[in-house]
Amino acid sequence: MKKDSFNQFSGSEDYVTSEPLENAVNVAIALGRPLLVRGEAGTGKTLLAHSIAEGLEKKLITWNVKSTTKAQEGLYVYDTVQRLNDSRFGDKDIADIKQYIKLGKLGQAFTSPKLVVLLIDEVDKADIEFPNDLLNELDEMSFYIPETNETISAIHRPITIITSNAEKELPDAFLRRCIFHYIEFPTPELMEEIVRVHFPDIKDSLLSEALKAFYSLRKIDDFRKKPSTSELIDWIRALIADGIPHDQLAKKIPFVGTLLKKETDYDYFVNNFANRRW
Amino acid sequence: MFTDFFYILRQNKVPVSIVEWMTLMEALAKGHIHNLDEFYFLARAILVKSEAYYDQYDVAFQQYFQGVEAPEEIAQEVLEWLKDPLNRLFQSEEEQALFESMDFDKLIAELEKRLREQTEQHDGGGHWIGRGGTSPFGHSGYHPRGIRIGGQPGGRHAVQIAQERRFKNYRSDLTLDVRQVGMALKKLRQLRRTGLEDELDLEGTIKATAKNAGDLDFIWQRSRKNTVKLLLLMDVGGSMEPFAQLCSRLFSAAHSSTHFKDFQYYYFHNCIYDYLYRDIEREDAVSTLHLLHTLEPDYKLLLVGDARMGPWELTERYGAINYYERNEIPGILWLKRIADHFSHCVWLNPDDQRFWVHATVQMIGKLFPMYPLTLEGLERAVGKLVVKR
Repeated sequence: MKKDSFNQFSGSEDYVTSEPLENAVNVAIALGRPLLVRGEAGTGKTLLAHSIAEGLEKKLITWNVKSTTKAQEGLYVYDTVQRLNDSRFGDKDIADIKQYIKLGKLGQAFTSPKLVVLLIDEVDKADIEFPNDLLNELDEMSFYIPETNETISAIHRPITIITSNAEKELPDAFLRRCIFHYIEFPTPELMEEIVRVHFPDIKDSLLSEALKAFYSLRKIDDFRKKPSTSELIDWIRALIADGIPHDQLAKKIPFVGTLLKKETDYDYFVNNFANRRW
Repeated sequence: MFTDFFYILRQNKVPVSIVEWMTLMEALAKGHIHNLDEFYFLARAILVKSEAYYDQYDVAFQQYFQGVEAPEEIAQEVLEWLKDPLNRLFQSEEEQALFESMDFDKLIAELEKRLREQTEQHDGGGHWIGRGGTSPFGHSGYHPRGIRIGGQPGGRHAVQIAQERRFKNYRSDLTLDVRQVGMALKKLRQLRRTGLEDELDLEGTIKATAKNAGDLDFIWQRSRKNTVKLLLLMDVGGSMEPFAQLCSRLFSAAHSSTHFKDFQYYYFHNCIYDYLYRDIEREDAVSTLHLLHTLEPDYKLLLVGDARMGPWELTERYGAINYYERNEIPGILWLKRIADHFSHCVWLNPDDQRFWVHATVQMIGKLFPMYPLTLEGLERAVGKLVVKR
């Protein structure tokens, strides 16, 4: 059972993990493969990368993918306009193309002299072709810049975390190269631990009452978006700040707007449940 | 090592490939796995790429490591036999009378009892669970209160379909070929330069600069964007039930495509009359006239339906299948209005092309170019939608 031979992740101070997740992270690090994380919104997919970076004391490079993001932007951008402009006003050596090549997030991660954690957030937001365009780069951890006839290859294979909300199907070839983990919604026991990480001094009675109300809200299937961990944390923060007596929680959920973010859900709750006893 | 596990996974329909298997072998060789618990989670992380397959993985894992058949297997085997329907429809009076009075719970209990008694595949006949018979269990048979197991509906009198709720959750994108459909829809684009002039026209800049005797002159242009607007009208319920899965793939793919300028979808049942519906249950209605007024003719119209119905539903006043619709204008005229309004329309028909000889299919086919709802048909339909008029 020699485990210290490679970088070992075991959560960080403010992030509670489960054993399967730790294992998945560690094997992804050891094999140098990207880790694809999926799960309900608010289960801490993005936070995982932050936690890994913190736990292993590595720098985190985040690439937020949007619907307009192109794979090329992650590698490098060739700033033609700047070069043309300089050619006109001539205060730089424009023969040196290198200074007009700006590395993207992936490029930065590859060229970093130290091992870094690379987070590619919400990969499924982009165009359907996006993951395919990155296949080779993630596989070989290198890419070629024709403008400077240079190949950028990773000094250290970055620890790559990719998150997805399953909005789009990802291509099989892409999936084959990843390690996959599905973050389940925390059980009440795990949730208690998570809340305690954020509020170490929370009173037991408040915690148990709040969790009871929270999980009963989650049982209602008609919400567009069920409240998740991050909403619970916000809600408890509001409860503590306000100092409402805990036994009142059972009668009426205060600040329900922090838990239900969609207007339709809020209206639905107010119309159907607001005056019910929990 | 563990090679049999690989095949058991594949038997359980977990899509595992050699690449992933080699990754697992690498992890084993490097000594990252120390006990069975770790093996369970790591093999899952490496081999299984969607939570949709976690269940099958568990079944396979149990089979391999305990040599014990998981209980779900029984139901699985039943589904396995029933794969190809015989589509015979006949009726046995005695059997019918016997089960007429049974309620659903009793039927389930009886199903479990017979599943235990029965040991082999069974087609026809009136007692065992199988295909094409008149026992209340199995499929393609006829029994007024029967429970259908697998297969496609033949007789439509089943009390409850013992299968997943198929039309619900159109958006739970778990089907395998959503991506393929998405790729086909991707061809549905017309790139136009629109918006702000924010893209550098390199060629133009060089030309202008040269003309300007080397003095830099930037030329900007609008970037190319897809201008296609898509309108999807889907027939749901009734005879479309067997194609629910297929249609949901198309819907998922269209819905998750971000490259359309606008995407709207509505539902109908059999034919379109005064109203279209925003939901599958057809409760949230929108007037068809309102849509024709508000949607420009350049929306690409994709109609999906089997186009099979009673001829009166198309040609008669008050012919709508829903009696309360009381349509003053026959369905075929509604369809014609729609066909006349939009410049590009196609009809995708999931039904086997053999059935296209049906009178109403023929009539609708004259209004809309009709293509089968297959990958190849979809590609042809998309081709039709992007031609210039």
